Amino acid sequence: MACEQWGSKLDAYVDGELDPAEASVLGAHLRGCAACAADALGQVQMKRAVQVAGKRYAASTELRNRVAKSVIVKPRRQPGWHWTILAVPLLSVVVLSVAVNLYIGRENTRRQRVYSELADLHVAALASATPVDVVSTDRHTVKPWFQGKIPFTFNLPELQGSEFTLLGGRVTYLAQTPGAHLIYQVRKHEVSVFIFQDRGEEIASLPSGPVHALSFNVENWTQNGLQYFVIGDVGAEDIQALSKLLRDAG
Amino acid sequence: MKEPKDRLPAATFEDLAMPWFDQLYNFARWLTQDTAEAEDLVQETYTKALRGFSSFQVGTNFRAWMYRILRNSFLNSRTGLKTTIALDGEADENLLPAENTTPESILIEQADRETVQQALSDLPVPFREILLLCEVEEMSYREIAETLAIPIGTVMSRLFRARKALRDLLQNQNKGDRHGL
Repeated sequence: MACEQWGSKLDAYVDGELDPAEASVLGAHLRGCAACAADALGQVQMKRAVQVAGKRYAASTELRNRVAKSVIVKPRRQPGWHWTILAVPLLSVVVLSVAVNLYIGRENTRRQRVYSELADLHVAALASATPVDVVSTDRHTVKPWFQGKIPFTFNLPELQGSEFTLLGGRVTYLAQTPGAHLIYQVRKHEVSVFIFQDRGEEIASLPSGPVHALSFNVENWTQNGLQYFVIGDVGAEDIQALSKLLRDAG
Repeated sequence: MKEPKDRLPAATFEDLAMPWFDQLYNFARWLTQDTAEAEDLVQETYTKALRGFSSFQVGTNFRAWMYRILRNSFLNSRTGLKTTIALDGEADENLLPAENTTPESILIEQADRETVQQALSDLPVPFREILLLCEVEEMSYREIAETLAIPIGTVMSRLFRARKALRDLLQNQNKGDRHGL
C-alpha cells in the first residue's frame, strides 16, 4: 500500500487501536519506509509530550478530604443465614402488602428525589467558595435582597435569644423554579432553609413533618402559599427549633 | 474483577470512585481553567455520582461514567454554558494525512512542557478534552466515545483534528519564538 493511504491509519496505529492484521502490515511498511517511520515517531513524541504536559494540576489535600468525607457510605449489615429461613413467611406478607407499598413507595421515591436534590443544593452551596450571594446576619438586609430576584416574598424570624445566626442567602432553583436559599448557623453547623412557591403537584403534596434522609434531617411544610424546607446535619431538635421560628414569623 | 451481582453495594462507591480523584481534578481544572470552579466541579461530580450510584450497572465502564458526569456538570456550569461543543462538518471529516511542513520530531524537541501546556490551554474545549482523555487518561476510543457520548468514528476524526490543531499552534509558537530571537 502507498504511503498516502497509511496516513489516515497512523493515528489509530500509535493509539494501539488498529486491528491486528492491519497493524502488522503497517508495521512492516514502517520498517521499510523512512518517511512514514519518521511520521510515526513524530506522532509518538507528540503523544508523550501531551501526556507529560497534561499531568499538570494537583488538587489540595483539603478538597480531597472534603470529597472523601462526602462519599462515605455507612456499610449496610449483610443478611445472615437466618434470613433464608424467614424468607418464606416474609415473602407471603410481602406479596399481600405490595399494593399498599406500591403507593407508599412511589410517594417515598418522589420525596427522596426532592430531598436528594435539596441535599445536593445544601452540600454544593457549603462546598462552594462563595456559599451565599448576600452575606449578612441581618434579616432586614437579606430579605430585601431577594426583591426582583424571586417571584414571591417571605418573612424571616428575629433570632435574638436563639442559638441560630443568619449567614446570608442566595437564589436557587428546584425543578426549574426559582426560590430562596438561606443559610443559618447553629453551633458551627450550617443549616439550609429553602423557600419555594407552592406549586401544587410537584413538591407541595409532600408529606410534611420531620424526616431523616441521606443522614440529613429534613423538615418541610406549606404556609401562606410557600413551601419551606429545612435541611442540615444537625439533630432533629435543632431543625424543629428553626422550623418553629420560621413558622411563627411566616 | 467481576461482581456476581448486577448492582454493586453502595459501600464500594468510595473504593471505586476515590482512586480517580486526582485525575478527575486535573481534568476538571483543564476544562474550567480555574481552581475554585474545578473544586466545585469535582465536589459536584462526586455528589451526583454517589446519588446515581444505585442505578449504575456493573459492566458499564465506571471511569467513563464518572468522567461523563463531570463533563456534563461542566457543560451545565456558568463557564461550560459559554463553551461550544459542536464542531462543524465533523461527521464527514476525511482523515487526510497531515501535510508535513516541519517534521514533528524536530518540532516536539523544541517544544518544552510549558509550551505544550500553553498550546493545550489555547485549544478549543472539544479538542483539549479529547486529547486529555486519549493521551493523559489513556482511554481507548471506545471509552472516549462513552465519555463524550459520540460515535467512535467521530472520536477518530475529532482526535485527528485536535492533533492537527495542536501541531499548528506549536508550529506558530515555534515561528514566533524564532522571530523574537
